[in-house]
Amino acid sequence: MQHILILGAGTAGTMAANMLRKELGSSYRITVVDQDEIHYYQPGFLFLPFGTYTADDVVRQKREFIHKGIEYISASIEELTPHDNQVTLGDGSVLNYDHLIIATGTHPDPSETPGLESDEYGRTIHDFYTFDGAIALRAALEKFNAGRIVVNLIEMPIKCPVAPLEFAFLAEAHFTDRGVRDDVEIVYVTPMSDVFTKPVAAHELGDMFEERGIEFEPDFYLERIDAEHRKLVSFDEREVPYDLLVTVPINKGAAFIEGTGLGDELNHVKVDPGNFQSKDFPNIFAIGDAASLPTSKAGSVAHFAMETFVPNFVDHLMGLPMTRAFDGHANCYIETGHEKAMLIDFNYTTQPLPGKYPVPGIGPFSLLQESGINHRAKLAFRWMYWNLLLPGRHMPVPSHMSMAGKDTELDV
Amino acid sequence: MTRIAIADREVSIDTEGFMTEYDEWDEALAETLAANIGIELTPEHWKVINYLRSDYAVNNETPTLRRVTTKGGIPTKELFVLFPKKPARKMAYVAGLPKPVGCI
Repeated sequence: MQHILILGAGTAGTMAANMLRKELGSSYRITVVDQDEIHYYQPGFLFLPFGTYTADDVVRQKREFIHKGIEYISASIEELTPHDNQVTLGDGSVLNYDHLIIATGTHPDPSETPGLESDEYGRTIHDFYTFDGAIALRAALEKFNAGRIVVNLIEMPIKCPVAPLEFAFLAEAHFTDRGVRDDVEIVYVTPMSDVFTKPVAAHELGDMFEERGIEFEPDFYLERIDAEHRKLVSFDEREVPYDLLVTVPINKGAAFIEGTGLGDELNHVKVDPGNFQSKDFPNIFAIGDAASLPTSKAGSVAHFAMETFVPNFVDHLMGLPMTRAFDGHANCYIETGHEKAMLIDFNYTTQPLPGKYPVPGIGPFSLLQESGINHRAKLAFRWMYWNLLLPGRHMPVPSHMSMAGKDTELDV
Repeated sequence: MTRIAIADREVSIDTEGFMTEYDEWDEALAETLAANIGIELTPEHWKVINYLRSDYAVNNETPTLRRVTTKGGIPTKELFVLFPKKPARKMAYVAGLPKPVGCI
């Protein structure tokens, strides 16, 4: 019996395992390996520092979501030797596979930035891309009532690329609600030239930053953090001082990918963007944030990708050509503060455009526009994540991006 | 995609002015492109441009700043000296390559 080995039991790995088990039954052996027992609802990390969610809201057990018939191994992954079709685990045991699916995601790596791993981490330097970081930041925000908060994106790509923007918006609302907004400066520092990489969304979001007095510092490539003097220093020697720094460390793929030749400079696996097959080994696939794709690293992308990935992969198992091409569809709510959010919907070839989603003219969700309904949908999504998305159940929106309901006049 | 005249010939460019046809570029053109953005090319500039062109020819995508440093061996700080403020864009522009993919 052939062995399908899935590395990583996060969003993509769990969906793939469950959906493949459903398609294939017991005709293939399916194993999932993950080093962490906890499955975090990562979109919830943004809300932890502001108290909208508590720890219980975002913590579950990974095993809970892996369906019966799938073998689950809790272990770290030490080495992958693609020429031998072998994976060595942290305890020294060796797994042989016929087909490998890498779903180990991407993670913040503070060691990549000089000065970031200082004693000030957890004091004046914070992140909200980890559970611990988000909890520590909650305590720091409670005590902060005057000074300069700098929100910093160090380098792209990161998972959930809109999250730092959301943090800036939520921070602005938070300090306004506390009545101390006039004593707090909020600065957004990014290596990008604009608030967003695509023009229509950049314009909308840029206007909102201006309206709310969030300072914007673009083209800032962070070289190092001077934790002692509390400033960011760029490669071209510009400096941005801070009293409190909320940074998104450089995101890297799993360490075992380095040295296999499969990954790029950040250990994200190079794959065909339509079918996720490795460019180097036909029996290796990478899905979710672990893959290097020309679209966002986001849960919605992993979810939409399953619709083409699962049947493609089954065809691949049968020795048939993979005929379906994923279109890069991504769908992201952007929290904009005061219980409103914006929704953006895009793919490999179409930038976020205004309109209504998913039903043209009706919605109910507004694209590139703030609404209370969008915000409530973002909060409601948590239930859908645990109960519909992870088990591989049907979600009420089409996976392929639709142009219906979009205002295309602005798209050049 | 539009055709425009640069120096003594016609080339295809995208909406932001980046060249779209790999083979329409040559070294003489690079001098003009550099001058357009206020840069005088030195041997150090050419090291970068040559790395970009040869890497693109193999991988069919413009290398990121990170890749130019780790694989091309040119320190990031130096890239900021050679192509100030927006090195990723300026390097691609002068080398006649697409703007590097700035992920969404």
